[in-house]
Amino acid sequence: MESRKEDARRMVSVTINGEMRQGLAEPRTLLAYFIRETLGLTGTHVGCDTTSCGACTVLFDGEPVKSCTVLAVQADQHQIDTVEGLETDNVLHPLQQAFWDNHGLQCGFCTPGMLMTSVALLQKNPHPTESEIRHGISGNLCRCTGYVNIVKAITDASHKMQKEPAEV
Amino acid sequence: MFPSAFEYYAPKTLDEVYGLLAQYGDEAKILAGGQSLLPMMKLRLAAPSVLIDIGSLGHLSSATETAEGLSMGALMRHKTIETSHWPHYPLLRETAPWIADPLVRNRGTIGGSLAHADPAADWGAALLALGASVQIESRDRIRHMALEEFFVDLYTTALEPQEVLTRIVIPVPATAATFARYLKLERKVGDFAVVGVAITVSLAIDGTVAQAGIGMAAMSGVPFAAHQTESLLVGRQLTPALIKEVSESASQEGDPESDRRGSAEYKRSMARVFVERGLSQILQQWESTQSA
Ligand SMILES: Cc1cc2nc3c(=O)[nH]c(=O)nc-3n(C[C@H](O)[C@H](O)[C@H](O)COP(=O)(O)OP(=O)(O)OC[C@H]3O[C@@H](n4cnc5c(N)ncnc54)[C@H](O)[C@@H]3O)c2cc1C
Ligand code: FES
Ligand code: FES
Repeated sequence: MESRKEDARRMVSVTINGEMRQGLAEPRTLLAYFIRETLGLTGTHVGCDTTSCGACTVLFDGEPVKSCTVLAVQADQHQIDTVEGLETDNVLHPLQQAFWDNHGLQCGFCTPGMLMTSVALLQKNPHPTESEIRHGISGNLCRCTGYVNIVKAITDASHKMQKEPAEV
Repeated sequence: MFPSAFEYYAPKTLDEVYGLLAQYGDEAKILAGGQSLLPMMKLRLAAPSVLIDIGSLGHLSSATETAEGLSMGALMRHKTIETSHWPHYPLLRETAPWIADPLVRNRGTIGGSLAHADPAADWGAALLALGASVQIESRDRIRHMALEEFFVDLYTTALEPQEVLTRIVIPVPATAATFARYLKLERKVGDFAVVGVAITVSLAIDGTVAQAGIGMAAMSGVPFAAHQTESLLVGRQLTPALIKEVSESASQEGDPESDRRGSAEYKRSMARVFVERGLSQILQQWESTQSA
């Protein structure tokens, strides 16, 4: 049995947070688990595992997707960005700082997904209205904050990033 | 949660897809955006032993517009359609933002949605209203079929195991004055429709209805076109009185089931409200273009 399982695995290469990484994955391995367990980046969370909550959101070629609903083999030769890639040289990304400053998190479980969705949102639309933010994060559930402070944080970050454009 | 084990192929050409389909038959499933199939496989509601990922077939991810109509590749993602601009086909852009949530829309495809044939799917309703047809290809033949014939039953289409849905073709509307609305009742953001109503209306210069399309989500066992109501509209002047009349008719069409999203009676009422609301908004929009 063990050898058959080995046979089914294949090499998956991704550019994750700018770095080339490789690992073996069965075709049925979901990207979220490949990122967490094979590549050891546990910032990406698995909440519902049923495509509902968005805690597992990562950027796939720049677009936020639910990594529990993508196969690792589909990510082969693609670019992935996770929450670990946001800070540079121990300085938080403006969105991370804004979530901190505005109490945009309580337990923090939804935060990695919220951040990745917001990063992509602000790249496409640097000055979103409150309604655009609320629609933009509608695939990410938060069971703690009631969203008000998350929306505040994203608005705050959009103002600050306008002053000093940050690299993502 | 993991799907059962399967073999994975990512062919680069349709010919390779046909080869794999010939080899594996109905053990194989096509994988497009994966936003319906992978959740079902994780819940073990589906357990194909082979997945054929058609995501690398680049020519199926774009659209071409001609004088006859709009031909959309089956792999166009919901998000791409949401952010595209085809002034002759306003219903597409009206509908796309109502599908699931932004994350699912970044991966899910229009072809996957039709092939999945959920009676509550938003594309089903919208594309029926638009009178769309589908192009289906296999190694031996290309066939075209009205979307209405493509939807056979609950989660069942006319696709045969060796076939691929390649394109969706929408005929050009009768007049340039084409207006559209998609109205959807959801229990929560991102959910499937309790009821969805897609409306497209093309008006002649004097304000009579030259062409009308009304599609409904979750009002029948398949996505459903309200032909009786459409025919009540055509050739007549769009007025508040006519709108009242046709919205009553719309609520009597279809065959909704009571389920956890709502009773059949509630769904019929909401269909009436949505047809009335959508057409009233269209009338207003047309009037404002007239006075401008
Ligand atoms: C949380 C959530 C909420 C959702 N909400 C909505 C909603 O509100 N409204 C709505 O309409 N949809 C909704 N969906 C479904 C979503 O729109 C899917 O994207 C869509 O149903 C399937 O498209 P896909 O590309 O992901 O197809 P896949 O999941 O890859 O495939 C679906 C089926 O179609 C077959 N298939 C796919 N492409 C082809 C092809 N070209 N030729 C032949 N067969 C093919 C596959 O074999 C499979 O059986 C939701 C999904 C999720 C996860
Ligand atoms: S863990 Fe992926 S959507 Fe909830
Ligand atoms: S902070 Fe707890 S789920 Fe969002």
